[in-house]
Amino acid sequence: MAILDKHKILETNATLLLIFSFLVVTIGGIVQIAPLFYLENTIEKVEGMRPYTPLELAGRDIYIREGCYVCHSQMIRPMRDEVERYGHYSLAAESMYDHPFQWGSKRTGPDLARVGGRYSDQWQVDHLRDPQSVVPESVMPKYGYLERRKIDGKYIGDVMAANAMVGTPYTEEMLENALADFRAQADPDSDYDGLLERYGDKVNVRNFDGQPELTETDALVAYLQMLGTLVDFSTFTPDASR
Amino acid sequence: MSKTPEKQPGDPNTTGHSWDGIEEFDNPMPRWWLWTFYATILWGVIYTIMYPAWPLVQSATAGVLGWSSRELVQQEMVAFEEANAPWNAKLVETPLEQISADAELQQYAVNSGGAVFRTWCAQCHGSGAQGAPGFPNLLDDAWLWGGTLEDIEYTIAHGIRNEESDDARYSEMPAFGEILEQDEITQVVQYVMSLTNAQTDDAAAQAGKVVFEDNCASCHGEDGKGDVTQGAPNLTDAIWLYGGSEEALTETVTYSRFGVMPPWENRLTDAQIRAVTSYVHQLGGGQ
Repeated sequence: MAILDKHKILETNATLLLIFSFLVVTIGGIVQIAPLFYLENTIEKVEGMRPYTPLELAGRDIYIREGCYVCHSQMIRPMRDEVERYGHYSLAAESMYDHPFQWGSKRTGPDLARVGGRYSDQWQVDHLRDPQSVVPESVMPKYGYLERRKIDGKYIGDVMAANAMVGTPYTEEMLENALADFRAQADPDSDYDGLLERYGDKVNVRNFDGQPELTETDALVAYLQMLGTLVDFSTFTPDASR
Repeated sequence: MSKTPEKQPGDPNTTGHSWDGIEEFDNPMPRWWLWTFYATILWGVIYTIMYPAWPLVQSATAGVLGWSSRELVQQEMVAFEEANAPWNAKLVETPLEQISADAELQQYAVNSGGAVFRTWCAQCHGSGAQGAPGFPNLLDDAWLWGGTLEDIEYTIAHGIRNEESDDARYSEMPAFGEILEQDEITQVVQYVMSLTNAQTDDAAAQAGKVVFEDNCASCHGEDGKGDVTQGAPNLTDAIWLYGGSEEALTETVTYSRFGVMPPWENRLTDAQIRAVTSYVHQLGGGQ
């Protein structure tokens, strides 16, 4: 077998072995990854997805900073027990504006992909402050200090611009009004018509943490209360081939 | 030092490597290993034919078995739905008060309602329905919005003070910090504490009675026994949602409270809502 004899050349030359190993891994990677960028059924069309509002985006950054993803996934798998507990299985489209996505695989706590609207804002605030006060058996650490950290959204426009750079369709108008929208969402007494016009009527405008100041808890709760509520499942027909 | 062994006739060839005079026979791979290796390659090829695998231009190959995780979960959900359909239909048809008359139906309602409770309600109301500060205990017979089966069902379906449901139960206690003077708040707190025989300042409580009648009685009643039609709690039963200490009561009167419960009509089916209604009602406090 001549070809196997040739293989000996690779086996006895470290540099060649390295180059060809790399080549094999590259081909494997291209076959697995590249099609996801062009296959039409990777991300199915759904109604309702929108880029995150400035406040939600800030909350998402806090979620990442605090390492929430270390214990919470955001990915409901297509299995009956998960669907019964958390709701409709997650769709790729639901994380299309996540850079990076928060799917995760470690579930010390429950999945959060559809936690939005499940609990009241007060519950979220109480639970972040002292998880055991509402769920005695919980092992989650306390995040009460988020309530004391005020945020001004100084850099939120830059964060949005960075997201726009990697593909999130923030419009010029959204970027220009980033700071105003950031403040308006947590202040029901403000003029938030522009926010709703840009991001849709379903955006939650509330004083999330009940304090007059804008805090990290406001941003985080705004993000949590939005999770999983965007897609309109009444217009969604699952395609079994995906 | 042992001598390098002589090469015997019949020995396999060496690999040609030599380390300090030590050489290595070029034996073939063990047969079992080799065949296992070939078998895994074969299995891989068959697997990619049977299951979704190879990416093409529009989509990936579907596989001859037609396997789909979405299809499977759908089938499983439908199978359970169908198995429970007669029970769920009966649950929806039977008037709420008559469910408990049918022992089997009641058992189904309480068991499935318990599962719904532990999935959707336990985070706020506690896994044993014991509640938490700000989230009512459902085991006792104190009900903010009524404890009959109909009342409980309505509260579960539409929730309380939420933005999602237009039919949500609604009432709003004013923040009396903006209405009353500080000493009036102190007095009314003393009066409310006196309703449950707590240690109070009698003089302040007497003054607080007037403040109470002018400001609080319209919702909480002249006698402080509350009003379930507007979610005004009974202040005489020593059951406190936000705490009954002087400090907690002062906070409640000054800033008011605004407990929110989400509506469940869009997340749960009618049968699930009626099941969890039956479950909550039979926990002990149902009226």
